[in-house]
Amino acid sequence: MASDNLVEISAVGYSYDKRRTILSGIDMKIPRGKVVAIMGISGSGKTTLLRLIAGWFKPTQGDIHVDGVLTRDLDRDGLYKMRRRMGMLFQFGALFTDLSVFDNVAFQMREHTDLPESMIRDIVMMKLQAVGLRGAHHLMPSELSGGMSRRVALARAIALDPMLMMYDEPFTGLDPISLGVIRNLVRRLNDTLGSTSIVVTHDVQEALDTVDYVYYLSEGVMVAHGTPEEMRASKDPLVHQFVWGEADGPVAYQYPSRKYNEELELV
Amino acid sequence: MFNRGTIINVRAIGHHTIDSVMRFGYASRFFALTLLNSGSSWRRIHLIIRELYFTGALSMVIILVSGLFVGMVLGFQGYQTLKTYGSESALGVLVALSLVRELGPVVSGLLFASRAGSAMTAEIGLMKTTEQLSAMEMMAVDPIARVVAPRFWAGVISMPLLAGVFSAMGIYGGYLIGVVLIGVDEGSFWSQMQSAVDFREDIVNGVIKSVVFGIAVTWIALFEGYDSPPTAEGVSGATTRTVVTSSLAILGLDFILTAFMFRGV
Repeated sequence: MASDNLVEISAVGYSYDKRRTILSGIDMKIPRGKVVAIMGISGSGKTTLLRLIAGWFKPTQGDIHVDGVLTRDLDRDGLYKMRRRMGMLFQFGALFTDLSVFDNVAFQMREHTDLPESMIRDIVMMKLQAVGLRGAHHLMPSELSGGMSRRVALARAIALDPMLMMYDEPFTGLDPISLGVIRNLVRRLNDTLGSTSIVVTHDVQEALDTVDYVYYLSEGVMVAHGTPEEMRASKDPLVHQFVWGEADGPVAYQYPSRKYNEELELV
Repeated sequence: MFNRGTIINVRAIGHHTIDSVMRFGYASRFFALTLLNSGSSWRRIHLIIRELYFTGALSMVIILVSGLFVGMVLGFQGYQTLKTYGSESALGVLVALSLVRELGPVVSGLLFASRAGSAMTAEIGLMKTTEQLSAMEMMAVDPIARVVAPRFWAGVISMPLLAGVFSAMGIYGGYLIGVVLIGVDEGSFWSQMQSAVDFREDIVNGVIKSVVFGIAVTWIALFEGYDSPPTAEGVSGATTRTVVTSSLAILGLDFILTAFMFRGV
């Protein structure tokens, strides 16, 4: 019987070499059908964790199971087979600049299926309709605004109805309207497609309004997790500073340096 | 025994050597992967045709104009030299052999590296910077099969064709100067050329050279783009390295190939 958790991460650590540890002792469970956020300040290891789940890197310690499969054991073909059931929205969309909006969304279907062109057209139009850009199918990526690019990339990511959607900083650099659109799409697409979503972000309020559960990372370590309400009410100084956007706290405002008066040679 | 400065210098040379060897190893692995993943490119021939347009067809203008001018300069210089020995009628032979054996493959290779090679590096480097290659990987599509291999084969096919066009245009340039402007006898210009230029020794060897240059330039350009750091500075550095390394590779390979091909002639 399939586990209730689509992704299970146990005691995972990752380091580029002996001196640079990026993640250590990470335990996470991503339940099926839920939208889960991985939050933390820049450089806390969020994106690395996302890439470990996608099998981009192999963890140096611990195990990651996706849909019951241990990713460490997968060879290249196995990884590609797994990734066909995953979708990822990159921070700035990563649309193929030499292909039109239509061809971007059709890309995976043309690469991985033998569907006739008429059926591909129908599916592309349905995906573009879902993100509100059916009328923009003929445009090139250079003709799109930042928000539109992100929505086209989202349509492309859901082209093959993935079981797991991963969002890498989906709210970064968007105007308030586009941000609201993307936030609603993350939730709505997850619920209508029946998929599971992981959102890596440091946009606190957008994430807390959208997701079911939050994991908070700091310097490669999982320091807190809970529902959005629990995170808002958290007394943990790190979480409190992050959620309420305080300039100074456990994460110091000043980069480590010698004393200010010494710098200005006042003593 | 050794002072500190010497030790630092020796260590730096050691690091540089190890880095260079490792980089060459990566490049060789990349080349092998490109060849291994070429099958899917040939099955989807439209990908190669599209790249042939960008690398080959769009390089035509610079090749045609350069070929014409190089041929015209050869016409002038050749005439001046041959006139001294009363052999003006051999102008056609001089122009044709210079172009077919050397200048055609070498100059068109250098132009190809500057025009198409740098464009390939910049395009792939930018695709990497904007995460397009990562997106492809995430969609279970191998970027080497989808992006690199079609460009590689387009480069290998384009290069000899461009070298051929360069040589033909150069010969026409030599004809314009030698026959039309200066008045060298047209019959001897063409007939001496026809009898002196050997198909196997000259034309086939020239084609072999241009194919080798095509492989070298395209390999270097694609590897530099694929391996470039994902920053503006990284892409610009990779583009510069493509032009410099390709140009040196063409000149070095030309020397080696010439030494083997024409040693008995």
